[in-house]
Amino acid sequence: MELLVASAIGLLTAAGVYMVLRLRTFPVILGLSLLSYAVNLFLFATGRLAINLPPVLKSHSNIDPAGYTDPLPQALVLTAIVISFGMTAVIVMVSISACLASDTDRIDLTPAPGAEAEAGEDQPEDRR
Amino acid sequence: MNHWLIVPVVLPATLAALTVLMFRHHLFLQRVFSTTGTAALFLISLGLMVRAGGGAVEVYELGNWPAPFGIVLVLDRLAAIMLVLTTLLALMTQLYAIGSGWDARGKHFHALYQFQLMGILGAFLTGDAFNLFVFFEVLLIASYGLMIHGGGARRLRAGTQYVIYNLLGSTLFLFALGTLYAVTGTLNMADLAVRVAELGPDHSALIRVAAVMLLLVFCVKAALLPLHFWLPESYANAPAPVASLFAIMTKVGAYSIIRVYTLVFPPSLPATADSFGVWLLPAALLTLIFGTIGILGAHRLTRLVAFAAIASMGTLLTAISLFTEQAMTAALYYTLHSTFATAALFVIADLVRAGRRDADDLITPAPAPPARNGLLAALFFAAAIAMTGMPPLSGFAGKLLVLDAARAALAMGPIWAAVLISSLVAIIGFARAGSTVFWKTHPPDPNPAPDEGPPRTPGALALVTGCALIAPLILLSVFAGPVTGYLADTSAQLYAPQGYISAVLHTPGVAE
Repeated sequence: MELLVASAIGLLTAAGVYMVLRLRTFPVILGLSLLSYAVNLFLFATGRLAINLPPVLKSHSNIDPAGYTDPLPQALVLTAIVISFGMTAVIVMVSISACLASDTDRIDLTPAPGAEAEAGEDQPEDRR
Repeated sequence: MNHWLIVPVVLPATLAALTVLMFRHHLFLQRVFSTTGTAALFLISLGLMVRAGGGAVEVYELGNWPAPFGIVLVLDRLAAIMLVLTTLLALMTQLYAIGSGWDARGKHFHALYQFQLMGILGAFLTGDAFNLFVFFEVLLIASYGLMIHGGGARRLRAGTQYVIYNLLGSTLFLFALGTLYAVTGTLNMADLAVRVAELGPDHSALIRVAAVMLLLVFCVKAALLPLHFWLPESYANAPAPVASLFAIMTKVGAYSIIRVYTLVFPPSLPATADSFGVWLLPAALLTLIFGTIGILGAHRLTRLVAFAAIASMGTLLTAISLFTEQAMTAALYYTLHSTFATAALFVIADLVRAGRRDADDLITPAPAPPARNGLLAALFFAAAIAMTGMPPLSGFAGKLLVLDAARAALAMGPIWAAVLISSLVAIIGFARAGSTVFWKTHPPDPNPAPDEGPPRTPGALALVTGCALIAPLILLSVFAGPVTGYLADTSAQLYAPQGYISAVLHTPGVAE
């Protein structure tokens, strides 16, 4: 099972990194999502993998730690999922408005900044 | 427990929510409440700094859970200094945002601003590594909103880059925290310090990976050389008050490096000793050199300032990477100085841009603005002196402290050469920009195109805050003695982490 989980995390990370290196926002956002899945799985595995064990104590007496799985990573994963979900929503909104405002979904900023021509072209929004 | 410790987190959170819910259409009320809140935060931070000055480490246990199990907020001298620095800067940039009308150019400026403050102040106060991650996310998500405040195609695209870069940083942060937890079984920083020190050599491979990954995350925030790509475009395109506030964001990275790498992974720790010290110093020097080259090559004032910010982070990280008590004092002094110098320059660049119609902030000859060119030139001159490290302003004292701390280091030669030569090059860069913008002016066109109104003249409040941002630089150099005294106590406290650890781990939860 360790091998399976580890290779799944590795594969997700590799795919995510590959997608993040693309030039357009859509694949990059997909890549970021893949990376966040990978990191969630990874966090989940930091408490050691265990099958069919509860994270919450059943009774207050006779506690055998071997009968329970580590609850903290589950709480961490929940936090991480919520945050990465919110962040994905933000990046989608920001990149949609960037795409609508500039008619392109390329990540890189062209032409080279400081070029004379762009001063009149890009900045008028600031003068309102 | 001293409940004032939680106020810097709770107050901005409450204010931000109230601002969105109750006065979202009343700019005036937003301004009043938000500014009052920031001013109150500043006063509270001052109070906390006085309390922390005694040397005791105060701990606030959330929900009364004792330390390794619950989340704690910790107030020591370092946290207190960073709180005061942040709130003072925030107050001034907020007044500038109001004075220059930036906050009226989009919605929810003040709400985002308060959330931003909550994230930054929380990151300085927390004593838990995962909580640090959460506060990083709070400050980042607010900064995404602030970064694209006011809109515009170029700003939105720069914002997209900024968000993507930081999301990658956050992912790496989570990987680092997961690895740390897998090895040590805790995420409380004081508890981590104890557990990491006890680790046997068979676990050192994983802990070294975790230590370096964590350092990489903080270096992304601190804009260390190969990880700095997000900074110039974001800072140059962010609204001026926001760019000015962002001067503290790189310092959050520097603060995290100082906190974690004096407390959890001190350089004396055998398990992680050689894993980061070897490359941190060269990378910091390269950052300094790169930033300086950027200053020389910039076409725009805002980009010039952004590269100056990178160069100042290079100097700061050089001092940090020496990892001695004396160097830490220098690093802290330089932190205070470079935050205000960067913020002041961003504000001044915006004031210049406001009066220059077509030329914008391009470093080219242009018609002189009708009024106050002299005042702006003087402000720019003062801020440039501070940033490049010439006497009499605080940049000089800061660089002197860094050079003095480097005297004992093995790499004294390269450090002195890099700092001194880059200062000279930065002076040339700033002199070129300043003389082009302020002196190579020609009289304004007597027949302006009919569709153009008169150029925007900055309001009195904007000008006053521009001057006010210079004031801390003057005060820092006038009171350099007392300030470095407090900072020396701070770094002494950092290099005796036993006080911090026992304060966190031995404060009992309050009994029912």
